[in-house]
Amino acid sequence: MSESEKPVCLKSYIRLCAVVFLVVLCTTSAMIATSFSHIGEGWTLKVALILAIAVVNAFLVAGYLMHLLSEKKLIYTVLAFTVIFFIGLMGLTVCATNGFPPGTVSH
Amino acid sequence: MEIPYTVQIRPDTGLYNAKLGIWLFLASEVMLFGGLFSAYVLLRVGAEPGMWPHGWLNVTLGTVNTLLLALSAITTLLAWAACKVRDFTKFKIFHACTILLALTFLGIKSYEYHDKLIHYEVQLTNGKFADGHLVEESKDFDLAKKNGTVTLHGRIVEKEEELMDLRAPAAQSAKLDEVTIAATDIKKMENYGPKHNTFTAIYFTLTGLHALHILGGTLVIFYFWAFGGAMWKTDPERFTNRIEVSGLFWHFVDLVWIFLFPVLYLT
Repeated sequence: MSESEKPVCLKSYIRLCAVVFLVVLCTTSAMIATSFSHIGEGWTLKVALILAIAVVNAFLVAGYLMHLLSEKKLIYTVLAFTVIFFIGLMGLTVCATNGFPPGTVSH
Repeated sequence: MEIPYTVQIRPDTGLYNAKLGIWLFLASEVMLFGGLFSAYVLLRVGAEPGMWPHGWLNVTLGTVNTLLLALSAITTLLAWAACKVRDFTKFKIFHACTILLALTFLGIKSYEYHDKLIHYEVQLTNGKFADGHLVEESKDFDLAKKNGTVTLHGRIVEKEEELMDLRAPAAQSAKLDEVTIAATDIKKMENYGPKHNTFTAIYFTLTGLHALHILGGTLVIFYFWAFGGAMWKTDPERFTNRIEVSGLFWHFVDLVWIFLFPVLYLT
């Protein structure tokens, strides 16, 4: 049974939302702190860390607010295809940054 | 004729139709924003060393907007939960909060856009660069005819590279003052609009598309808030499902911002 089919208790939802908001507050603060910190040289490590924290944030919203943690199999299938295509898209982007055809002039 | 499976679960999918529909739509939206994020990656990786901007956006305003959207996602969920327990008054309160939070978000975004549109980079004929917010133009100011003067609140730097990293110690300690420039000394004058450079182009594209989603979602939520009473009285379960579907869209818009904020404001 998905979350939307279960009986709902408003008070328990308010508690859940309060916890989610507090965690979002903490993760947002962590992202900002990482951004202004002096971790590593350049931006590579910082970007990786900040995006990792953003993924945690996204997991909270998708998992708890969108009820993805208890959804139907068909929705997981749709999202699995989306993830595959998204990874393909980003993979092509990464390939494009490295593989220029011979004779390409860089400005 | 009654539309099938607006409330009842369709046996082969295990879902009511609108829910499957919104998830398919959201999957296509992931690819839409994914394409723009991949464009961002290409532009950033392809930028000349030291020429990708840092610190151009106001982190405080971005943070406030992040929290506003997170709160609005929560009030949307609570509005749906209120429908599930058949409390229409609480639904109205929670969704009114969502609308107010969304409008505040858009107001802050508009302020940020305005700030960029009155921020100018002026290339001077002596090779230096003036940069700052427009204070005033003299009445006879005409760049094409080289008449008049323009006053900015900002600074003059030797190289354009110095304007790229506003988090660098030199930029942080720079003193901003009013700078008046004669039109005859101006080689090129351009605001920080979408055509300024690749960063502002992708910034306005990504955040503009996101703001359009916010606007669309707000209109839908407002429609349910203002005119949903009739359906609530006749078919509350169907109305609740509509609120769930609009809520899923709203959470997706929040999800996109969760990545836009760090990518544009923090890195």
